[in-house]
This record gives sequence, structure tokens and C-alpha cells, in this order.
Amino acid sequence: MGLSYRRFEKVSAATSFLTEEAGACVVGGGTLLVRRVNEGDAAVTTYVRVCDPEMKRIDEADGRIRLGALVTMAQLLGHPGLQWLAPAARIVGGPAIRSAATVGGNLFAASPYGDFGVALLALGAVVTVHGAVGVEEWPLAEFFARRDSLPAGLIVTSVAFTRPEAGTFRFVKASRVKPKGAAIVSIAAVIARDAGRVGAARIAFGAMAGTPIRASSFERALIGEQLITATLDRLEPHVTEGTTPPSDAIASAWYRQAVLPVHLRRLLLPEIDG
Amino acid sequence: MAKIPLHFILNGEERAEFVDSGATLLRLLRDKTGDLTAKSGCLQGTCGTCTVLVDGAPRLSCITLAEDCDGADVETVAGLAAHGQLHPLQHAVMEHFAAQCGFCTPGMLMAAKALFLTNPRPSREDVVEALSGNICRCTGYEPIIQAVLSAAQVMSASGPGAA
Ligand SMILES: Cc1cc2nc3c(=O)[nH]c(=O)nc-3n(C[C@H](O)[C@H](O)[C@H](O)COP(=O)(O)OP(=O)(O)OC[C@H]3O[C@@H](n4cnc5c(N)ncnc54)[C@H](O)[C@@H]3O)c2cc1C
Ligand code: FES
Ligand code: FES
Repeated sequence: MGLSYRRFEKVSAATSFLTEEAGACVVGGGTLLVRRVNEGDAAVTTYVRVCDPEMKRIDEADGRIRLGALVTMAQLLGHPGLQWLAPAARIVGGPAIRSAATVGGNLFAASPYGDFGVALLALGAVVTVHGAVGVEEWPLAEFFARRDSLPAGLIVTSVAFTRPEAGTFRFVKASRVKPKGAAIVSIAAVIARDAGRVGAARIAFGAMAGTPIRASSFERALIGEQLITATLDRLEPHVTEGTTPPSDAIASAWYRQAVLPVHLRRLLLPEIDG
Repeated sequence: MAKIPLHFILNGEERAEFVDSGATLLRLLRDKTGDLTAKSGCLQGTCGTCTVLVDGAPRLSCITLAEDCDGADVETVAGLAAHGQLHPLQHAVMEHFAAQCGFCTPGMLMAAKALFLTNPRPSREDVVEALSGNICRCTGYEPIIQAVLSAAQVMSASGPGAA
């Protein structure tokens, strides 16, 4: 059976089609999906292109930023109000990947990919999904937890998050090949200080499980602490808690767990370890 | 299999072709237009030898859907030389011995052209970044980087619009 391509102006029409057609897949930039088809995956029979212009928009109102699912990494890099997010968009593949790769597609990328999703997780993003039952908003962590068993026909239309206070967002990706390479680990953090101590922390890891994950145990332990070397030394056992990294061509699970605290320390204490 | 009519611009010329639904831009270029300059390498988005410009942005034609390029402006290495004159990038590649087997060259040149469109005076670091999605198994990259830097110099000396 051959391949086909279908274009839909309305998300709801695309959802219905996807629900009925088992081999139909939404295509974003196609950097993973078309590659899969090129590799010989015959399960994909139809590319579904959703042409809703809302899905290509970047909006900000009252400190809330909304990224349409079809916004590309290149589009983010060119957006003057989002330069603080550039460290997370710039490390997705090379320039030609970035002019195709979308925010929505990144949420579906298997480890060690999905670096932008790591940033979104640390930003506390909420995902808007359209499905057979209508429109819902899911916290990104919930989306990742359900990713392997999503109902048929589900389309991510946007992600939204509150603009973090200036200087509180940090991101690093460690890879073997520079400037472009898959992650050994990627880390994003939003840390708010309160009287010299950590008031709130959201930290997310990429390539440390099947999907991006929050560093929940470490986050909890960090609250109320001073961000200094002694604190990180003491809290180090929390860092790898809950991680189940893959072993792949980039790194073994053991190696990923061994270097994660080092990269986290460099990110959190750049003035000392960077 | 359904044949889909597409209209697009290829290297400045209007084209109309029929493609199989779901085909890639690489197949459209190589099988339908006769432009064989975009190479079929890995088909995985990894090697970069199929890089072309779509509406001025670098795209990997092996993982770009042809139907998404309906109405688009597509540029390949075949359009680089104008009026019988090699493009400064092509000259620089010869002068710096930046092509050996040549398989990566079309993709390298298009990635460099994409860079010049947004950054006509790139630093070495900018060039390395711009070529980071393109693999070369022969040259060790240095001659290619030097060629791109030297072409940028030539082009900025000859004024804006040279890209
Ligand atoms: C050479 C190369 C290097 C790469 N490097 C990196 C890297 O460094 N970091 C990284 O994170 N990723 C990397 N990737 C992976 C990929 O390019 C990115 O993760 C990208 O963001 C995926 O987005 P896409 O739009 O191309 O997804 P697509 O390929 O279009 O889609 C991927 C999957 O998501 C589904 N999907 C897409 N959009 C939606 C939607 N809106 N709703 C529902 N389902 C949807 C598709 O059906 C498909 O199953 C790389 C890929 C390649 C080929
Ligand atoms: S052939 Fe397209 S990236 Fe290798
Ligand atoms: S010249 Fe042979 S791959 Fe680059």
C-alpha cells in the first residue's frame, strides 16, 4: 500500500480523520516521521498536514507565552522576545533540522532527543491537546507520562507557560559531537531565589528516562537551601533518584548517571564550575 | 497511487510536476525535474548532502515532503552559477581543495549559502555551526570551512546582494 498526504484546514477534521485511519500520522517538520518512513516503517500510510495558522503562531499576553505546535526551532531563534529560550532551541540538530523541527514534534521525540521538551518541562508548560473528546489542557509531565498510550487522533495544538523572571532559566546539553550531537544528558532549570536561598525550583532532565522527567526529589531537597557547592555535595544522592536512562550509541545508562551531577553542578553554579 | 500536481519555483524558473502523494522533495527533484545536484545519502536527515533552500531556509530534502513545497521557492546547487560564472562559493571550493569525492559538496554549498543569507560576514564559529548538519568523510572539514570563509570575504568585498 502506498503513502499519501492529506491536508486539513481544521484541527477537528484532522482529528476525525486520524481516528478513522489507523496508519495516519500528524506531520510537523517530519524530521522524525519522514525519516521513519524512509527507514521502511510501513505502518505509516498517510501524512496528515494541519494548516491551522494558529499552530504556527507565537503569542504572549499577560506574561503567558503560547507556542503553536507547528512553531519551528528556527522560528523561536528568530523571535526577539524569546532569546532567553535560544539555548534550548539552538541545540536541536543542525540548521536544516531546526528550520523544520517543530515544538509539537519535539514532545514526541524518543530519548536521547526531545531537548526542547526538557526546557518546556522546567518552565512548567501546559499542553493543549485536541482529541475525539474535545480540547483539553494537560500539564506537560502528565502528557509525557501518557505519551506511550495516547488515544488515537490526538493532536497537540500548542504549549503555554508563564514567562520566567529574567535570568532564572538555565539550560545545558552535554553531547559528544559539537556543535551538533544527540544528548548524553540535557538539563533545564528555573530557580527562583528568596533572600539568598532557593525559593522555588523546577529542574528537568532529558535522556535520563524514556521521556523528559522532573528531578522531583532533588527539587524538594533544594528548597530553602543556599545555592553553594556544599549544598550540592550534600544533595548529590537525590540527583539521580528516579532516573532510568537509556544505554545507546551515545552513552551507557551508567555513564549518564555518573555525569549527570557534574553537568547539573556546572549549570547551577556556573561561576564556580562552569 | 495518486499523482499530485505541484507548482513551485526551482532556481528561479517556474515548474509544474506531478508527484506521488507522500513523496519527498528529494524524489521530486531527482526523479521529476532532472536536477540531480541534491544527493541521496542517508535519507535520515543525518548527512546533509540533500540540503537545498526552501523559501531561503536550509532544508533536508530527503525528509521534506514535496507537497509541503507547493508554491515554494526551491534552490539547489544547480542554480548557484549565474550567467556562465561560478558562484564565489564554487570558486572557493576549487581554490581551497574543499571537495575530494564531492558527495557532500552540494549540501555544504547550500548550507553555506543559507548562512550567507542571514549572516554575510560569518566568523569561523558561525561557519562551523552552519555546516554542523553536513557530514564530510574526505576533507576533514578544514578546507571547507576555509573555502566558506574566503567566499564570504570575496562576496562582502563585491557588495551586498552578491549572495
Ligand atoms: C539529524 C537529526 C538530529 C536531531 N537532533 C536533535 C536534537 O539535537 N535534539 C532533539 O531534541 N531532537 C533532535 N532530532 C529529532 C527531531 O528533529 C526533533 O525532536 C524535532 O523537534 C521533532 O519535530 P518534528 O516536527 O520534525 O516531528 P515530526 O517528525 O513531524 O513528528 C514526530 C512525531 O510526533 C508526531 N507529531 C508531530 N507533531 C504533532 C502534533 N502537533 N500533534 C500530535 N502528534 C504530533 C508525529 O506524528 C510523529 O509521530 C534530530 C533529528 C535528526 C534527523
Ligand atoms: S540524504 Fe538527506 S540528510 Fe542524508
Ligand atoms: S568530499 Fe567526500 S564526503 Fe566530502
